[in-house]
Amino acid sequence: MTAIPAIELQGIQKSFGNVHAVRGVSLRIEKGAITGIVGENGAGKSTLMSILYGLYHADAGEIRVEGRAVRMENPRDAIAQGIGMVHQHFMLVGTFTVLENLVLGAEGGALLAGGLAAARAELARLAREYGLAVDPDALVADLSVGEQQRVEILKVLFRGARILILDEPSAVLTPQETDQLFRILATLRERGVTVVLITHKLREIMAATDHVYVMRQGQIVADRRTADTSPEELAELMVGRKVLMQLDKAPKRPGDVLLQADHLTLVDERGVRLLDDVGLELRAGEIVGIAGVSGNGQTELLQVLSGIRAPTGGRLVVRGRTIDPHHPTDPAEMRDLGVAHVPEDRLRQGMVAAFQAAETSILGYQEEPPFCRHYLMDGPAVGAHCAVLMERFDVRPRAPGLRSSSFSGGNQQKLVLAREMAREPKVLLVGQPTRGVDIGAIEFIHRELLKSRDQGCAVLVISVELDEILALADRILVMFAGRIVGEVPAGRADERTLGLMMAGAAPALSEVEGP
Amino acid sequence: MDDVLSFVFLMFAATLRVATPLVLCAMGGLFSEKSGIVDVGLEGKMLMAAFFAAATAAVTGSAWLGVAAAIVAAEAMALLHGFACITWRGNQVVSGVAINILAAGLTVVLGAAWFARGGQTPALESEQRLMPLFFPRAGDSIPVYVALASVPLTWWIIERTRFGLRLRAVGEMPLAVDAAGISVAWLRYRAVLLCGLFAGLAGAYLSIAQNAGFSRDMTAGQGFIALAAIIFGKWRPFPAFGACLIFGLLDAVAIRLQGVEMPGMGEVPVQLIQALPYLLTMFLLAGFIGRAVAPKAAGVPYEKEH
Amino acid sequence: MSAPRRPLPAWAEIAALPLINIALAFVTVGIIVRIIGVDPFHALRFLVLGAIGSSEAIGYTLYYTTNFIFTGLAVAVAFHAGLFNIGGEGQAYIGGLGCGLAILAFDHFLPAWAMIPLAIAAATLFGAAWAAVPAWLQAWRGSHIVITTIMFNFVASALMVYLMVNVLIAPGSMTPQSRNFTASGKLPSMQEVLAAVGIQVAPSALNLSIVLAVFCCVGVWVFLWHTPWGYELRTMGHNPEAAVYAGTSIKRTTMLAMCLSGALAGFVGVNELMGVHQRIVLDFPAGYGFAGIAVALMGRSHPLGIVLAALLFGALQQGGAELAFEIPAITREMVVVIQGLIILFSGALAHLPRPWLQWMLALFASPRSGEVPAKRAEG
Repeated sequence: MTAIPAIELQGIQKSFGNVHAVRGVSLRIEKGAITGIVGENGAGKSTLMSILYGLYHADAGEIRVEGRAVRMENPRDAIAQGIGMVHQHFMLVGTFTVLENLVLGAEGGALLAGGLAAARAELARLAREYGLAVDPDALVADLSVGEQQRVEILKVLFRGARILILDEPSAVLTPQETDQLFRILATLRERGVTVVLITHKLREIMAATDHVYVMRQGQIVADRRTADTSPEELAELMVGRKVLMQLDKAPKRPGDVLLQADHLTLVDERGVRLLDDVGLELRAGEIVGIAGVSGNGQTELLQVLSGIRAPTGGRLVVRGRTIDPHHPTDPAEMRDLGVAHVPEDRLRQGMVAAFQAAETSILGYQEEPPFCRHYLMDGPAVGAHCAVLMERFDVRPRAPGLRSSSFSGGNQQKLVLAREMAREPKVLLVGQPTRGVDIGAIEFIHRELLKSRDQGCAVLVISVELDEILALADRILVMFAGRIVGEVPAGRADERTLGLMMAGAAPALSEVEGP
Repeated sequence: MDDVLSFVFLMFAATLRVATPLVLCAMGGLFSEKSGIVDVGLEGKMLMAAFFAAATAAVTGSAWLGVAAAIVAAEAMALLHGFACITWRGNQVVSGVAINILAAGLTVVLGAAWFARGGQTPALESEQRLMPLFFPRAGDSIPVYVALASVPLTWWIIERTRFGLRLRAVGEMPLAVDAAGISVAWLRYRAVLLCGLFAGLAGAYLSIAQNAGFSRDMTAGQGFIALAAIIFGKWRPFPAFGACLIFGLLDAVAIRLQGVEMPGMGEVPVQLIQALPYLLTMFLLAGFIGRAVAPKAAGVPYEKEH
Repeated sequence: MSAPRRPLPAWAEIAALPLINIALAFVTVGIIVRIIGVDPFHALRFLVLGAIGSSEAIGYTLYYTTNFIFTGLAVAVAFHAGLFNIGGEGQAYIGGLGCGLAILAFDHFLPAWAMIPLAIAAATLFGAAWAAVPAWLQAWRGSHIVITTIMFNFVASALMVYLMVNVLIAPGSMTPQSRNFTASGKLPSMQEVLAAVGIQVAPSALNLSIVLAVFCCVGVWVFLWHTPWGYELRTMGHNPEAAVYAGTSIKRTTMLAMCLSGALAGFVGVNELMGVHQRIVLDFPAGYGFAGIAVALMGRSHPLGIVLAALLFGALQQGGAELAFEIPAITREMVVVIQGLIILFSGALAHLPRPWLQWMLALFASPRSGEVPAKRAEG
């Protein structure tokens, strides 16, 4: 094709401090097509698109939109060039109506009344043309996640964008909602809209795009017509070498039940059922994986199992102790019972960014000897403990005195994992074990989890990465809308069946509610 | 009958008089808080404005120059607050406290240096003041009417204009505003400046309309009562206005009840009535009377990161 | 675009930045003094002489310092828990009330050795209780502690006026103050204490409270950095979610932090009423509660820093009084202006000098980069 591309990037560079996020990226986005940009977390995809959208300034390089060189000082410039972006985290005001969100930044005059009326008409037109129906007067906070995303797309179209960038649009969607999204994108393409899809999911690239760029460590490492490539090739390009997803697992030797949940229910203050009649057992020496689209109760399950939240119904038996709404527990007691917990979001929960690594290495165990004796803490003992953990889990740099936030994501995760595994727990609850972790560390973490299992620990792994669940688990439970909708032994699991279960396609289940 | 009517009228007038600085301050504070900038420095801005109004009126003999000086002084404090909280992303409460303390000290230091009356300004003649327009006994000076007009105006700006929509958005979700290509900082600066304008008027009212001169700490916590009224009104103009009237009425009643024996309960402690606005607001905040939900981004400096 | 704040080397973070902040505050004060028509250096000389020019001056400086240590520590303990306690003023007031009530109730029966600990305990209890209410409201009812502590300052003030005018006023007194404490309700002055061991100093308001203040500093340091409760409190301050994860009760820790904070503020009452006034009076907290914010900010919420900041503030308070006496154009409130400016420059504008400092450091930096590469988690 020799037509002028919708967007052309030339030698884009961007650094944050000493982190070189984007290194000399050049690419062409064809008009009226769907172009995918695929890469691992941290490969620089989002940074690149933020530069294109004017949220960041490139340190060097040139941006051309429809042949003209442009400078993107801020999103306003991008919008003026006809570029719109649907962010991974929605940029919606929850207390506003759909209509108010739609006009924000494009009000059409100093007074609202006229602009709102015009927007209402335009919204109706867009809804007809693209099949994007939303109630204009609904409060955004009351909409489901899928509907909110539709509002985001409408916002972009409302501003007359001809180029639409979507950043990890499916992260919060069920597979069915994702399919719906792709149908919308196809309609947009038919109407001549250019679409850029950023994702780390190969399935989506294969299903939706015409052309794909692969990013690794801030660089474009390949571009392919989607029809001419395969998921295997893309995976290899993304990672840079053959992926070793098949771990050597010794046959499973399940032992006693260490943790048992019966009819576990959690209803929040607003009456939303976050967990609904969940039953599961964890046996010594097995890994149980929980699969599901994020926001279907996994987070809450982890909170209840680790003692952070008390169930509102049902009971939980951990090594003889019964926990129910009348006999709540707390994370400290659960630790005493031998339940260790690697939280889903280590930065928000598992560590204190401002603390030294040594202080982070005893989080949750601060009252235990040898860290605390006679009500006083023993600093040298804490430091020594941290040094041992760092050695054993290869945390770099080996500096117990360094601020926790100065370590890379993988090293932070290793430190948290080391802390929780150091006490040889009977039950290990792990949320998103490798989120934001580089490939080398992923293999290490997986091997450590298997080692724990082989030593007789009962391990529960919650992950949104199906591949991870498939690689690690002996048994797989699928969560949907707060319930366990099915169990599959690892040997008989495949992505398609699991995907259907994750979407709640099992009979007699209602539609997905927003989180 | 006439007695009752005139009593009611005078009570109403007294309430309005006392409520005027509260209303002005509350409307100013609303703009700031709606935009996500918490303002505990209303008191300081008002105090500063009161001082410069009286000082300028005393020196130039013009009440209107006094008003202008008050607004300039309050805007200077507002800009300082904005500079610290918006540009330098400092802690908004710390900045507000600093402004209060600075104003409490600076007004006395400057007053003592310029007028040598222990921090007071010279007593103002009536032509140097803003005098009642129609009812001399009611004290209905221009700021009283401005305060009354400011409430529907504030409501209209916040609910019906583009600026208001963006203001509400930036206080809830600045990221959305930024992503729409609107400057978060400039929006917030405008909100903070509007707040300064109203606080300046409130201060001028105190020293050159309600009173005839400035005396140290003459705001006596009214900035905080205005803040309480904003919370009490759940960050909405008309309910906040209502709260100001209730607090004004309490104050007017407290003055009347001084030393009066109430049947069955003896003398009502004036201090209790004075503390009531604070106690009521605490009850509200504790969720005993409905729920007050602040703008979500209030108090959080906006940083561009993801 | 606003660049993320990059950390400076430790020495610059701990020493250079705070010093530049204070210098900025003082330069601004100098300009204000100039505007008033006084030579700033002339004023500075009187200020310094007034603060440390004589044994008596030093005594008064240390007496003021004592109050600033108490309120500075009070603010700092709450800071570490992520709570902003603006209620030091009210807590000091009510702490003093507790101290005074205990003395008024028992000073006829108890000897000094029993009376003094009892009065201190009462101050602790009352100060803590006054802080416990906003803490409870935040922990259980979700109301914001900044607002509630502000409100409680006014409530404390109204309560005290009521009590002093209607209940506690000494019979026959024209001013709202209680009867005088008897000798057993008096905290020995430092002059007496030092004289007992053979050291002669000029009489001043300095009393044994300063020893209590030193104990508090050490106690706070040990508590925050060497006990599991302090660890939990700091965890909560930095990251409440991590604290919950670690098994810390947010409610309990909020109560603990605020009660400690309130008790520390309440000790101002001990210094003022038992050490100096010898009766309950009105308005004795005189802004110490607010100044505590400045002290804590300047002292980076560390007891050692707080002692240094409190010394500076004590010297300013005492020197400012002398200055106002020597130069009539300057009033004592100049000290309040300085406090306000220090809160502004060390608090709200704390990062103002950071880019300059970074630029300066970059100029002088040697080519070697010994710093650990600060690679962050991608997010």
